[in-house]
Amino acid sequence: MMTAVSDQLHGASSPDALTREEILASRRQLRRRRLVALGLVAPLLAFIIFAFFAPIATMLYRSVYNPTVVELIPDTLAALGTWDGTGTPDEPVLTALAIDLKRLANERTAGRLGEEFNRALPGTSSLVKSTARKLRRADDAELAASGATMLGDIDERWTSTDLWNAVRETGRSFRETYFLTALDLERTPEGGIQLRESARIYIPLYIKTLRIALVITVLTFLLGYPLAYYLAHAPPMRANLLMVLVLLPFWTSLLVRTTAWIALLQTNGVVNSLLMGVGLTSEPLEMMFTEFATIVAMTHILLPFMVLPLYSVMRGIDPSYMRAAMSLGSKPIPAFWRIYFPMTLPGVSAGGLLVFIISVGYYITPALVGGTDGQMISNIIAFHMQQSNNWELAAALGALLLVLIMVLYWVYDRLVGADNIKLA
Amino acid sequence: MARFPEYYTLWDRTGIYALRAVAGLVLFFLMAPILVIIPLSFNAEPFFTFTEGMLAFDSEAYSLRWYGSILENPNWLLAIRNSFIVGIAATILATTLGTLAAVGLANSAMPYRRLITALLLSPMIVPLIIIAAGMFFFYTRFNLVGTHLGLIIAHAALGVPFVIVTVTATLAGFDRSLYNAGIGLGASPMRAFRDIVLPIIRPGVISGGLFAFVTSFDEVVLVLFLAGPDQRTIPRQMFSGLREQINPTILAVATLLVLVSGLLLVTRELLRRRSDRLRGV
Repeated sequence: MMTAVSDQLHGASSPDALTREEILASRRQLRRRRLVALGLVAPLLAFIIFAFFAPIATMLYRSVYNPTVVELIPDTLAALGTWDGTGTPDEPVLTALAIDLKRLANERTAGRLGEEFNRALPGTSSLVKSTARKLRRADDAELAASGATMLGDIDERWTSTDLWNAVRETGRSFRETYFLTALDLERTPEGGIQLRESARIYIPLYIKTLRIALVITVLTFLLGYPLAYYLAHAPPMRANLLMVLVLLPFWTSLLVRTTAWIALLQTNGVVNSLLMGVGLTSEPLEMMFTEFATIVAMTHILLPFMVLPLYSVMRGIDPSYMRAAMSLGSKPIPAFWRIYFPMTLPGVSAGGLLVFIISVGYYITPALVGGTDGQMISNIIAFHMQQSNNWELAAALGALLLVLIMVLYWVYDRLVGADNIKLA
Repeated sequence: MARFPEYYTLWDRTGIYALRAVAGLVLFFLMAPILVIIPLSFNAEPFFTFTEGMLAFDSEAYSLRWYGSILENPNWLLAIRNSFIVGIAATILATTLGTLAAVGLANSAMPYRRLITALLLSPMIVPLIIIAAGMFFFYTRFNLVGTHLGLIIAHAALGVPFVIVTVTATLAGFDRSLYNAGIGLGASPMRAFRDIVLPIIRPGVISGGLFAFVTSFDEVVLVLFLAGPDQRTIPRQMFSGLREQINPTILAVATLLVLVSGLLLVTRELLRRRSDRLRGV
């Protein structure tokens, strides 16, 4: 911007061109205005960087960085440094581990080590804990002299190659393993990468999330389009009045609307009583805790996000186009599809992408009404954060979700323009 | 049918009736779930469903006991208090910083305007679960997890985009020559901002503040990750209520919240009209 302005100033070479002083003065003024503008924005920018971007960056870092094992058994890992990955490591390494385990047992942190090992080699958690318990009262001198033998005597798995490979694997602070897990991949023994042979969980879950989001987007479109059309062509007084019925749900708490759906859909709920009352079904239908419940409740919650952009686009369409088409002999339905509908596409893409983006990252409603069947990717991230305590995997799954959202947002910006975000 | 023009065919008329019917059904779908919880909250029995007495309009089947139980339960009272403390503090923080920034962004001399606007709006796009996980990792280092301050900062960050959007929208209709006239007549920039700009953009500021408040008031994912038992808010209390022991107290709270959202809707509508009038639209 600065250069554009000064180019203009220099380009003025007619007799009444600006003097040097005037140019300098205007540049000074521009610089001053710039500083003022920056000064106004800076506090918020600093705040958002601290409150929002730093947390996101931390999460991304967490998805590849896990120093737990390095902090727990530094001596063992230092001794393991030269091991070639075949057979059993040398005795000093086993001895170092025995000493580390005794210390962990007394610090009561052996469980954390077991948890970490267990993720690389299932079934190791109990081994670590029981061994640590047995070593807790071991004599230090004896441990230093024959720790390796003691370890082997407690459980022969301590001499297995697989276990030591798991130790070496978890002993790296920076790991791509979490991303591999999140993408349902695994390392082959030769160091290559392949699709995981055991249960593939996460890719199907991403696909399911996208599918649910797509179904919700289509449903909100099918319900929202006729409503927006009706509102946009109703007399203004009636349209304003009916608009309240769209805006009130929009402004009503998410939890309230989810609560309402629980009351409606549960086994003895309103919908089942109604269906049984009119004799459509003799047994109550199981609707709660299913994917169906997730989709219905989310369609209800997100419908205003579709109706509002559609309505504002339709309000701006000049009715004379349709009249022109009809007076030129077109039938109403072809005229609608060929003239009216294409003009509403900006509203369709704005509303559709908005609904899609919001539903891909949805957490609360699936968590409350979805049961196991209606869970989405956000729910598994929350599960790894709160229940399985596998924070790094949660971070890797979150990073992938973030990439997905950013791609969608980029599309939104291309098609709709992020500047056009308007609030009802 | 007489209201239709003569040349409308039967086909056209059927189409119009069908459209009306569909629009009516969709409006019913939007409103019915919200309206259903209101009578259910007066249930005399501890159920989430209509009892036979309620359907027969037996006055014994209705009661205010669940409203009373809100007042008797210290957890709900604490939640209400926390929701207001966090909501109001986050709103003040987001609105103050957001309004200043929006004024800066409206200045044509602002460098990197597009990029900075995109950055400031991004909390609106990123899924809450990602924000929650990241904040949990990062805020732990500053001992902000399990404190009111941590929650206020988190909610303010969520509210900022709304303030930016609404204030920018009002500033777009602002006639800069009014400000220049003030300066020309000898006012300091501060005074011209306070006495000329602020009164005109005030509806946008208040409306942004309302959005920020509602965002905080309704937010539960960040609360799940960042709050301890002492910071529980109304949505958090509802969430655990719905997961653990469902009882109609939640419906009573929900009914009150519907009332609150009705009030907010009216307030915002009044503000919008005032803003249009001030801008001479």
